[in-house]
Amino acid sequence: MSQEIIKLTPKDFKSDQEIRWCPGCGDHAILNSIQKAMADLEVPKEKIAVISGIGCSSRFPYYMSTYGFHTIHGRAAAIASGVKVANPELHVWQITGDGDALAIGGNHFIHVIRRNVDLNLILFNNEIYGLTKGQYSPTSQFGAVTKTSPYGTVEYPFQPGELVIGAQGKFFARTIDVNIKLSTDIFIEAARHKGTSVVEVLQNCVIYNDGVHAALVDKEERENRTIILKHGEPMVFGKNQDKGIILEGLKLKVVSLTSGGYTIKDLLVHDAYEPNPGIHLMLANMKYPEYPVALGVIREVKSVTYDESVENQIKKVKQSAKHKKMNDLLYSGNIWKV
Amino acid sequence: MLNQLLHTMSKKVNIEEKDQVVIRFSGDSGDGMQLTGMQFSNTSALFGNDVSTFPDYPAEIRAPQGTVGGVSGFQLHFGSSEVNTPGDYADVLVAMNPAALKANIEWVKKDGTIIVNIDAFNEKNIARAGYDSDPILEYRRDYNFIEAPITTLTQECLNDLGMDQKSVLRTKNMFALGMVYWLFDRPLTYTEKFFEEKFYKVPMVVEANKRVLQAGFNFAETIEALPRNYKVAPAKIQSGTYRNISGNTATAWGLIAASEKAGLQLFCGSYPITPATEILQELSARKDMGVKTFQAEDEIAGICTAIGAAFAGCLACTTTSGPGLALKTEASGLAVMTELPLVIVNVQRGGPSTGLPTKTEQSDLLQALHGRSGEAPLVVIAASTPSNCFDYAFQAAKIALEHMTPVILLTDGFLANGSEPWRLPRMEELPKITVPFANPNDTNYLPYLRDKETHVRKWAIPGTPGLEHRIGGLEKMDVTGAVSYVPKNHEVMTRHRENKINKVADFLPELEIVGDADAELLVIGWGGTYGHIYSAVKEIRKEGKKIAFIHFHYLWPLPKNTNELLSKFKNIVVCELNLGQLADHLKVNVPGFSCHKYNKMQGQPFTVVELKDKFIQLMEE
Repeated sequence: MSQEIIKLTPKDFKSDQEIRWCPGCGDHAILNSIQKAMADLEVPKEKIAVISGIGCSSRFPYYMSTYGFHTIHGRAAAIASGVKVANPELHVWQITGDGDALAIGGNHFIHVIRRNVDLNLILFNNEIYGLTKGQYSPTSQFGAVTKTSPYGTVEYPFQPGELVIGAQGKFFARTIDVNIKLSTDIFIEAARHKGTSVVEVLQNCVIYNDGVHAALVDKEERENRTIILKHGEPMVFGKNQDKGIILEGLKLKVVSLTSGGYTIKDLLVHDAYEPNPGIHLMLANMKYPEYPVALGVIREVKSVTYDESVENQIKKVKQSAKHKKMNDLLYSGNIWKV
Repeated sequence: MLNQLLHTMSKKVNIEEKDQVVIRFSGDSGDGMQLTGMQFSNTSALFGNDVSTFPDYPAEIRAPQGTVGGVSGFQLHFGSSEVNTPGDYADVLVAMNPAALKANIEWVKKDGTIIVNIDAFNEKNIARAGYDSDPILEYRRDYNFIEAPITTLTQECLNDLGMDQKSVLRTKNMFALGMVYWLFDRPLTYTEKFFEEKFYKVPMVVEANKRVLQAGFNFAETIEALPRNYKVAPAKIQSGTYRNISGNTATAWGLIAASEKAGLQLFCGSYPITPATEILQELSARKDMGVKTFQAEDEIAGICTAIGAAFAGCLACTTTSGPGLALKTEASGLAVMTELPLVIVNVQRGGPSTGLPTKTEQSDLLQALHGRSGEAPLVVIAASTPSNCFDYAFQAAKIALEHMTPVILLTDGFLANGSEPWRLPRMEELPKITVPFANPNDTNYLPYLRDKETHVRKWAIPGTPGLEHRIGGLEKMDVTGAVSYVPKNHEVMTRHRENKINKVADFLPELEIVGDADAELLVIGWGGTYGHIYSAVKEIRKEGKKIAFIHFHYLWPLPKNTNELLSKFKNIVVCELNLGQLADHLKVNVPGFSCHKYNKMQGQPFTVVELKDKFIQLMEE
C-alpha cells in the first residue's frame, strides 16, 4: 500500500476554539509560527501532542487541532515526558512560560533537559506573570517594578540559555515573537532535532510588560541590537552588516568591520554543533547594549535521547528474558506444590 | 547431607510438637537479620509450613552500633495450621547483642528460648544498651538462655580462608541461622543454594557462609545445653502451587498482570520513598517483560509522568507513601478532572510529616478519600494481606481502566514488607478487563460524552487519526469537553464526576460477615489489620462466644450492602491503626451508625492478645 502524503497547511492545525489572548499579545504570532512550522514538517496531526502547564501561554493547546493537554502549573515537562516515553512515535511539544518553566516548574525543566527527552520545549519569555495580572517572574530584570515589587525587585533573573546549558542541554535557540519567519525556521529545526530542544521566544505582554523587548524589535535599530546566528557562518550583524563578534582572550567582543582594521575573516564562525558549550554559553548570555542579543540556533548537539534509550534497553533485556508472560513470572523461582 | 541430617536428628531428645512457633531475629541494622529471617521463612515455606513475616527495622541504614535505636528485627510465625499474623510474642529470640535483647525482651513469651551471641555481651555493649549490669543474670529466671560464642566461633571457622575481619564478621548471622535450623529440624539446602546462586562470582563468600551456617548447625547439635527441640509439622493447606511473596512484590505483580490482561503497556512514574520503594524496584527489574519505569525527579513528577502516560494510552501508575501522596495531591486532581485511568499506590507509614518511615500505620485513609482541592471524588481500595496486594493492585487497575478514574490503592508498611506463602493464580483465572476505548472510526468523537449506565467517557489515544482532542484541568463543557465557565455546567460536571464514582459500587463485591449474624459484637476493620483481627475473632469464637467481623477492602465507594449489614448490629467496634478515620468515614456515610473505636498509634500492628482483651471487654459490658 502506497502512503499518500497529504500536504498540510497552517490552517489545518487551527482548532475551532476562539482565541482568548489579549489583542496585540505576542502569543498570536507564536501560534502562527508554530502552525506554519507544523505544516512544513509534514507530520500528520494525530501524531502531534501539545502539552502545556499554566499561564497565558499554556492556553495554547486549545487553539491547536492536534492532540492536546493543558495540565497544571509547572508540571508540563513531567507530563510531556510521560507522553513521549509512553509513545516515542508521537511528536511532543511543550508550551510553557517563564513562570511556569523557571519558577514553579524549575525542577522539571532542568531534569527534562538533563535526561534529553525528545521534546520541543517552547518557552515564552515575557519577564512577567500575565495571567495573575502583573507580578515579577524569575526572568524579570533586577529592580523591575511590578505589582509584587512596587519598590523594584531585589533578585537577579535567570538566563534561560544559561540554565539549559547548565543542565547539559543539547539544543538551545532564541527567537522573538514578531519575527515569524525566523521563529518558523527555528521551530522546524527544533522539531527535527532529536532530544530536548529549548526555544526561548522573547514575547511581549501588551498589558503588563509592554515593550519589554522593545529595544530588540525597534524597526530602525533591531539589526544593530541583535545577531541572528547561523551554523557555519561568521558572526556578522548590523544594519549594514558592518559589525561582528570576535573572541578576545576569554571574552567575546563586538568589533566594527569598517574601522579598527577587522575583516570578516577575523570573526568567530558559529559552530552550533560543537559539544563544548563554552562559546554557546557566552553567546546565550550576550546582553544589549554591551552586545547584540543572540537569536537563532545557538546550540545543537547530537546525543542519544532518553526515550530511545528506554526503548532500546527494554528491547535488549527482553531478548534474554527468562519470563515473557505473567504466568512465567508467577511460576518462576522458588515455588512448591502442595 | 541427608545421612548427616538423619544422624543429627536421631540424637535429639525431648522433641516438642508445636502447632505454631514465632521466632524473632534481632541485631544491629547491618547484622543481616532481615536476610536471616527471610532465609528461615523460605525454608519453612518450602518445608510446607504456613508462614507470616514481619520485618521491623529502623529508618537509619546503619544506626550507631550496639544501641537500642539501631536494632533491626525480623519476626516470623510458622505453623502446621493456618497462620494469619506474624505472631504477637516470640517462642525463640535471637539477640546478637545486648541492645537487641533490650529492644525485644518484652516480645518474648515467658519460658521462651533466647539465643544470645555471648561474645557481644561485654561491659561496653551492656552499657551502650542502657543496662547497668549483665541482663542475662536477671532474665535467666524467666527464660531459657542459650549462650553461644558466635563471634569467636565464626572467626575460628574461617581463620584459614584469608578473608578480612569485616567480611568474616559479616557471616556471623549464618551461625545464628544454623543454630535455629537445627532447633527446628530444618535442612540447610535452601540457604546453601541461595548463596551459591547469589555469589557465584565470589566463591569465597559462598564457602564462608556455607561453612559458618554448618558450624552453627553443628554447634547447636553438639552442646547438649539446648533446652528444647521443637517440631512443627507441615500445615494442611489448600493444594496448589505456592510461592512466598511480600506485599510490595505482590503489588508490582498485580499491576503487571492487569496490564497483560488489558493488553496495555504498563508505565510507572515514581520516586523512591520508604516503604514503597520496592514496588518501583521490582517494576524496574521487569523491563524484561516490557514494563516502562520512570524514576522521576520528585513525587510530583512521578505522578505527572504517569498522567502523561495515561493520556498516551498506557496503564499508568505511581507508587508512594503518605508524604509523597500529599505531594501528588494537585496532580491527582488533574487526573480526576481529565478522567484518565491512573493507579496511585500509597504504602502507608507512621505520620504526619516524615513520621515513622519504616513503621506501619493506617492514617492516610482520610487523605486518600478527601485530600484534593475541589469536589474530587475517586476510588479508594485497600489490600489486607501481603499476597492479596496482588489481587487489589489488579482490581485497582481494572477499576481505573474500566471507569476512567484515578484509583488509590492503600497498603501499609506491615503488608509491604511482610510476606506469606501465596497460592498462585493462573492468568486465565483472572477477570477480564474491558477498556472503554473510543471507536477509531468515530468521526464525531466527543471527549466528555458519557456511557449512559456507567457515566464513563471514552478514551481516545494520541496517534489515532480523527480522534484529536484537547483535555485539561479547566472545567469542561458537558459532552464536548471544551473549556466552559458556564455556571450551571460546572454543577452538572461536578455531579457527573460524583455519579461516575458512585456507580463503581455496582461493580464491586458486597461485604461479607465472618462469624455469627446474631453476635454480641461486630468488629470492623480495613486494610492490613485483617490477619490480627481475624485471628482474635477466630479464637473468641473457638471459646464459644458469638462475635462477627466485617473487613472493608473498598473504602470508596462503599459496598452497596454496607448500610444493610451494619444496621443489623448494635454493638460495634472499629479497629484501626489511627485515631478512628474509618469510624468517622462510616459515621458520615452510614445513617445512624455509631460505634466504639479501638485505636493504636505505635507504628506496630495490633497484637491478637490486645484485640481479644478489648473484644471480650466490649462483649461483657
